[in-house]
Formats: sequence, structure tokens, C-alpha cells
Amino acid sequence: MSYLEEGYTLRSWLTTHDHKRIAILYAIAITAFFFVGGAAATMIRLELATPQADLVQADTYNKLFTIHGVIMVWFFLIPSIPATLGNFLMPLMIGARDLAFPRLNLASWYIYVLGGLFTVATLIAGGVDTGWTFYTPYSTMFSNTNVILAAAGVFITGFSSILTGLNFIVTVHKMRAPGMTWFRLPLFVWAHYATSVILVLATPVLAMTLVLIAAERLLHVGVFDPALGGDPLLFQHLFWFYSHPAVYIMVLPAMGVASEIITCFARKRVFGYRFMAYAILGIATIGFLVWGHHMFVSGQSMYAGMVFSVLSFMVAVPSAIKVFNWTATLYKGSITFSAPMLYALGFVGLFMIGGMTGLILATLALDVHLTDTYFVVAHFHYIMVGGSVMAYLGGIHYWWPKATGRMYPEMWGRVAAIVIFVGFNLTFFPQYLLGYYGMPRRYHVYPPEFTVLNVLSSAGASILAIGYLLPIGYLAWSLFRGKKAGANPWDARGLEWTTPSPPPKDNFAVAPTVTEEPYAYSPERDAEMAGGRIAQP
Amino acid sequence: MSVAHRIAEQFETREQQREADSLGTWVFLATELMFFGPLFLAYFYGRTHYGEGFAVASGRTHVWLGTANTALLLTSSLTMALAVRASWIGRRGVTLLLALTAALGVAFLAVKGIEYRKEWDEALVPPFRFVFAGEHARAVEVFYWLYFLITGLHALHLTIGIGLVLWLALRARRGDFGPHYHAPVEMTGLYWHFVDVLWIFLYPLIYLLERWR
Amino acid sequence: MSGGIFWLPPAASDVAARVDALFFAMVALTGTVALAITIVVLVFAVRYRRGSRADRSNAPAKKLPVEIAWTVTPLAIFLGVFVWGAAVYAGLYRPAADAMPVYVVGKQWMWKAEHANGRREIDELHLPAGQPVRLVLATQDVIHSFYVPAFRIKQDAVPGRYTTIAFTPTKAGTFALRCAEYCGTDHAHMGGRVIVMQPADFQRWLAQGAPAGTMAARGFARFRELGCSGCHDPRSSVHAPDLAGLYGRTVHLADGRSVVADESYIRDSILLPKRDVVAGFDPIMPSFQGQVGEDDLLELIAYIKSTKSESG
Repeated sequence: MSYLEEGYTLRSWLTTHDHKRIAILYAIAITAFFFVGGAAATMIRLELATPQADLVQADTYNKLFTIHGVIMVWFFLIPSIPATLGNFLMPLMIGARDLAFPRLNLASWYIYVLGGLFTVATLIAGGVDTGWTFYTPYSTMFSNTNVILAAAGVFITGFSSILTGLNFIVTVHKMRAPGMTWFRLPLFVWAHYATSVILVLATPVLAMTLVLIAAERLLHVGVFDPALGGDPLLFQHLFWFYSHPAVYIMVLPAMGVASEIITCFARKRVFGYRFMAYAILGIATIGFLVWGHHMFVSGQSMYAGMVFSVLSFMVAVPSAIKVFNWTATLYKGSITFSAPMLYALGFVGLFMIGGMTGLILATLALDVHLTDTYFVVAHFHYIMVGGSVMAYLGGIHYWWPKATGRMYPEMWGRVAAIVIFVGFNLTFFPQYLLGYYGMPRRYHVYPPEFTVLNVLSSAGASILAIGYLLPIGYLAWSLFRGKKAGANPWDARGLEWTTPSPPPKDNFAVAPTVTEEPYAYSPERDAEMAGGRIAQP
Repeated sequence: MSVAHRIAEQFETREQQREADSLGTWVFLATELMFFGPLFLAYFYGRTHYGEGFAVASGRTHVWLGTANTALLLTSSLTMALAVRASWIGRRGVTLLLALTAALGVAFLAVKGIEYRKEWDEALVPPFRFVFAGEHARAVEVFYWLYFLITGLHALHLTIGIGLVLWLALRARRGDFGPHYHAPVEMTGLYWHFVDVLWIFLYPLIYLLERWR
Repeated sequence: MSGGIFWLPPAASDVAARVDALFFAMVALTGTVALAITIVVLVFAVRYRRGSRADRSNAPAKKLPVEIAWTVTPLAIFLGVFVWGAAVYAGLYRPAADAMPVYVVGKQWMWKAEHANGRREIDELHLPAGQPVRLVLATQDVIHSFYVPAFRIKQDAVPGRYTTIAFTPTKAGTFALRCAEYCGTDHAHMGGRVIVMQPADFQRWLAQGAPAGTMAARGFARFRELGCSGCHDPRSSVHAPDLAGLYGRTVHLADGRSVVADESYIRDSILLPKRDVVAGFDPIMPSFQGQVGEDDLLELIAYIKSTKSESG
């Protein structure tokens, strides 16, 4: 009996302790938020299709980009891969029956939903206009919108992040099956482990910082406003101490997903497995020390800027290693191009462009010109949307048969991957140029010379929107009409593929014992199979 | 076997469960530490920018009450450690030691309450009741704002700790703990010591600043 | 400068030339690497597609020398880029000795500038070509960011402190001035023009609209109104530091530190006099926080800068 058949009532879902069901609950919730955030993005791109303010006026626009940022960062990207794919797969991949703390896992979901309700309440109450960065003194002394309500939503959902991270850390340490040594862990698990460390150590800093912001706004006493004896740069340091590592919360799990997919569809062991694992840890560690690169023109000391710049270049090294190793994984493989592979290769390409422009932004003198322009907007969308969302969708397709027991329609999967890739580049590449030409971000009107590029970007956004809607349609269809999937439709390695699709509630009938290295693929054998020289399995 | 002795279904062995609980507690404490981080950073910001003002403000604190509280909390950590040890080797007296720990915690809160009351009377409670004439008004306000935030948050943690300890005392009286099962006592002990150590850092920062100079 | 895609933004300062050189070097570097990786991926994708007859024997799963090579090589290149970027960046904060100071105050939602001779302007900034300039930035409310794309410079104006940036305009012309840090409703409308003129034209312009007094003269008036002269006058009976020639001097403080008296130091001394007490003096000066606006403060500083030490 699969985990889906353990009970059909709403109650059986809302009181479940099964990590797989909780993953589904998360998937539903974050998909809803993705489309709310996406609606805001649509309005933004529509407004920017012309240089004047015609669709919305300044105040509405400011609320749109704020809610877009708040929802997409905290209610979609941060939980996206960890809370859905991570939740579903971590115990399966390490050979455990569940996470270490199943009830805590369910509690995380409820906390997330509660935080989400506050955010929805913020919207209903009229929105908030500080930008997702909540920069003080604007947020504490000048904004007339619902700052405290919005901060409360983020504060609450932070605890959901922390509990998920805590659960994953303990699970990886203590729940591994016999024989599942650290260097036999799939890179997906490594990535989530590193992500969890960031979640646990960085999120509480944001939480307390938001408390200080709310108190300063409410009680007019505090440490950020110079009129009260404080310093706005103190806020920026604290905010970015969380929000820069948060980028790695979003992208490390995506790297894990890409590694799983590329190795499977190249039928070849990940090149330099240990280097890949060390690179993940390196990114997570150095990632804690680079926050000041958001503040090169903020008035912090020139020397601080230099230290943060050199550290930012350091953190780029492990990222570069990963790109090289994914490429080398293809060498002498036996490659097929199913939808998950298209998404994963798309991820590598977009992440590469995002990373390279990140190097440009880490270069001090260039950042002075480019920071707070559309160049930055393009850069982080390449990492967080081009990178993370592409990988998230790749992972959804790859593990869809495992989670649902049904295959998605392959042709539609490939079409959507290509539409998203094209739409994404058309939307965001012009924004690099806009930034270099000097268009600051968070402008609802702009000089006419920027029109052509903005129109291109808005046109791309409409393609991208279609790309994101397509999977909703065909994946829903496949739930009822999709071809039945076997336990291992991709002939993939990894413990999750040794269970039936969908897996039973306790994952494994007998606790597995691991005896082989991860990713024991053989491209030679696969090529012979393809040539008909040996039989298909 | 009573409910407390059962192994949760996701675990293979009791040992695994105990280790998972223990690691989980440590990770939780790491999160807690980071949670207090911004307050300490803000404190050090104030200290470097308003050195003299902070010293003046620190001079207005009630150092004897603070010292008494330090003694109370240190003693409570001792009784807590003894309780953990007693539950480990299955000795009697766990209930008594836990009750004593909780009582010391309550005493700390009572002293803290007296201190808050005095500060209210002295109008040192920003922003609700704050009157401070003189050069350092702004610095003193920042100091007391952080003082109430940090000690308030600390007191909240201690209150939760007292609740946990009392609950453990009830369970200990029921005979739930013994050599084979004492994880909750151990975890709560870790938490209790964390709250204590936090205070050890707060004590000099709040009360002894003036006396250093 | 019409709306084509392929137009390059005007480059009108010494910084712009350096930034553009660095930028195009970086684009060439990253572009080459990205292209190379893409080509390699495509070649592998075709050559090793399933069913191809390519040789797959001895497929390596790791190769330590290769991995070390592609760890160390990027690191070395990155460090080189860092040094280049840092050198240009440092120049922004090390003004030439003869740099002309201009004081700029941001407020929702306008830029106000004041020249040393007292001429003020709003949402416009006139500068002479070829003359090194040092901007001192302040804000009356929230954070703003002074951004001139044609100069490739940007600097936040932060409440409670001064920030500075130095550059030399090189081309006469009119260039866009924008606010780059989100500052509320009319953020997108906060901006104006920077007008770079030939030095002679600039001098004419400067003289034209100059008010009765220079910034320093107005600052001196404030100095008397606020009662500063009561203590800081050398003939005063109160024991207070003599401010003549203070700017740029190294000041020894009561707690043993020493600082160079720049605009920020003088600002802090007026608003937070207890923080940096000068050695040998009692901390008796009252704070002027809340009593002087940003404009007045800048004029006071201009006055103190204009004084000359009697001994030197």
C-alpha cells in the first residue's frame, strides 16, 4: 500500500507525520504562493512595457515589487527545493523510514502556513512598500504601509526554515542506513545538509533583526535610526548576514538536484564526487563571510569593501568547480535528453551566466556603477530563477514518477523546458544591458531611451509565464491519465529508486544496507545496450 | 513498558533515538545563540559609539540584585546537573533536585521583577517611562532599551525552562526516568545550562561596565 | 543617443574610462569562458549521445591534477581581477589634493547641491570639466544614492553620517543624475542633470548666481548664532579647543586615540561631542543634535575648513 493510499480524508493529510505527505503539503502551498508572486511580477512587467506610469501609479508599483520579493524569497524560493523535494527524498536517499523528528516536520509546515497567512493579510490590508530588504530608516520612520504585519509574516516563516534545517541536520547525522557512509551520500543530500546549516545559523539573525525593526517602528526606540542614536548600516550588516547566505539556501539544493539528474542521464558517475561535496561545504562556509559585498557604496569603509570583495571571489571558486565537474561528467557518457536533463542543462547554463555576472559585481569598481541597477536584478534572477527554479522543475519531473507513480507526458515536458529557457533569457538578458546603461531598479517610470529593452523584457516575461503555466496543466493531467511508472523508470541508482513508486508509508520493507559507491552508472554498458549488443534490463 | 520508553517508529534503536534527540538539542541551542546575536552586536555598537554613556547607564543598574541573580542561577545549574546525574544512575532525589532547580529559577524571576519595578520607579524604561536629563540621555536610552530586550528575552527563556523542569519533576515522581531512559532530563539540562551561560555573559556587560573603568 | 539597443552609454569622467576598460575586459574573459564551456557541453552532448559509436572506455570518474588545475587557475585569475577592481575603487575615495568640494544633500525627493562660494542649486549640479571634484553627501531623511551613469559613480547618502566620492569630469555636456537607492513614492522621479562646463564657463556660472556670502561666511554667521564662538573663540574664558586650521589636522583624543579631522569628525563633534573628546579638554560641550539641519551643518563645516591656523 503506497503512502498515497494510507488515507483519503483531508484529516489524514493535515495530521500526517509522513515526510512524503508533508512534502506534498508544502508543494501545494508553495505553488500557490509562486502564482501570487508571479501575478505581482506580471503586473510589474506590464507596467514597465511603457516608459510612463499608465497601468499603476508609483505607490502601487512599490507595493508590487515588495510583495513580489517577499513572497518569492521567503514563501517560494527558500522552501521550494528543501521543503518539497528535500523533504520527500532525504529519508529515501539515506535509507531511513522518516526524518528524525516527524512531528516537528509537520509543525514546520503549519508555521510556514501561518507566516503565509500574515503575508496574505498584509496584502489584504493594503500591502507594504519597503522593498523586500526592509531598509531602515525608510521602513521604520517613513513608510506608511503595513511594515510590521509583513515583517511578522517573514519572522514566523523563519521558524519553519529553522525547524526544517534542524530536522535535516539530525537526520543526515543519525538516520543513515548501515553502509551509507558520508562519502556514499548522494550530492543532493550533501547539498541539503549544507543548506540546513545555513538555515539554522542565519535565519535567527534575520528574525531578531526584524524584531528590532518592528520595535523601532512601533515604539520609536532602537539602534538603527541615527535620530535615536543608532546606525542604518548596522541594519544592513545584520540583514545581509542572513540574506546573502539565503542565496545559497536557494541555490545549493538546486545544485544537488542538477547533480542527480546529470549523472543519471549521462549514465556516468559524477566527475570528482569528493570535490563536489567539498565545494558544497566551501560555498556554505565562505558564503557566511561575503555579506558586505551588498554594501560597496553604502558608506562602509573602503577596506571593508576590499575584504568582502576578495572573499566574494573566493566563494566563486567552488561554484566554478561545480560547473566544470558537471561538464566533465558528460565526457564519455551515454547521454539522453529527457525533460529532466533539459531542465538540468538549462540550470547549468543559466547558473553559469548568473555566476559570471556575479564576478563582475564582485569587482569593486564595477559594482559602484552596477549596484542597485537592473544589472543586479538580472544577475540574481539568473541565479535564483534561472538557476533554482529551473532545477526545481527538473527535480519535479525527475522524481514525479517516484512521488505519484505516473509518468508525465515527455513531449510536453521538453516543450515546457525549452519555452521556459527561451522566455527566461528574453526576459532577463536585456536587463543586464539596461543596468549597464544606468537604469536603477525599483523605477516605475524610466527615460524613453530604455524603452526597447524594457519591451523586449516584458515580451520575454509573457513567454516565461506560459512556460510556467504549462507544467501545471500537463502534470495535473498525468496524475489521472499518465502512464503507470515502475519502481525505477530511469534505471537510476540511489536508494529512492529501490522502493516501489509511489513508496509505502515506511519507505523500506527491510532496512537497506549500502554496499556500493554512489552513482554506480556504466556508460559503456549502457551504450552496448543501446546498440542492442546486450539486452535491456 | 510505559509510553515514555517506546522508541519512535522512525528509529531503529533506542541509542539512535537518544543521539538524535541530543544532537537536535545542540542544533537548537546553536540557533538560539544566533538569535541573540544581533542584540549583542547592537550592544557592542553602542559600547563603541557611546562608551561613556553606556558606562553611566551601567552605573545606574542595581548591581547587587544582578549579583544575587547570578548566584541564584549558578546554583540552579548545579542542582540541574545533579538532577541529570541522579536520573542517569537511577538514584532517588531526582524529583527534589528538579523542584529545587525550578524554585531557584522562580527566585531569579522574582528578583528580576523587583529590579524591573525599581527601574520603572526610576523612570528608566524606554520608551514607556524614560526620563533622563543630562549629557548622555540618548546613550542611556539605547542602553536600557537593549537591557530590557535582552534580559526580557532571557527571562522568557528561563520561564520556558521552569515549565519544562516542573513537568520533568512530575514525570520523575511518577518514576519515568532511570538508567535506561533519561533523555528528557538531559536535554532540558542542556537548555538550562545554555540559559545560565547566557546570563554569565550578560552580567558583566550590564552591571560591571562602570566598575571596569 | 537615440533609443537604439547598440548605443553605448556616454563616458564622461576619468572613472568612466577606467570602469569601461575593466568591464569590457571582464566581459571578454567571462564571455570566452562561458562560450568555451557551452561549446564543450554541446560537443559532448552530440558525441556522447546515447546510441553514438563514440569510444567510452576508461571513462574517468575523477582526475586529481585536472581538478586542482581548475581550482587554482580561476582563483589566480580572480585575485588579479580583484586587485584591478580594488585599485580603481580606492581612487574614488582618495581625492586629489586640489579637488573641488561640492556639498550635496538628498531629501525625498530631490538633490540639493551647494558650492563653496555659496551658490546653491536643486536637481542640477554644475561642474567644470577637467577639475577633480569631491562630493560630500548627506541626507535629511532616508537613504538615497547619488548616481551619475555617465560618470560610472554611485554613492549612498546615509542618515547620520557623511559619505564622499571623488572623480574628475572629462567631457562637457549634460548627463542624467538619478537616485539609485529606493527612497519611497517618487524614487523614480528623484534626479536631474549634471551639467559639465568648460572651466571658464563654469566660473562665470558660479559667479552669476552667487548669493551675498560664501558657504563659509554663512557658516560663520551660524557659528555666532548658535553660540559656538562663545567658547571656541581663542579669547573666550571657557577652555575649549581652538578650531582655526582644524580641518585635516590629526587630533589627539582624551582616550588615547587620534583621528584626522575630516568632515565626518567635525560633524560628530557637533552632534555627539562626548564621543571624541580632545585630549586636555573637559567634556563640557553640549550636543547640537536636533538643533542644526544638514544644510546648516555643512555651512558650519565649510566655515571651520576656511579658517587658517594662526601659527601656520
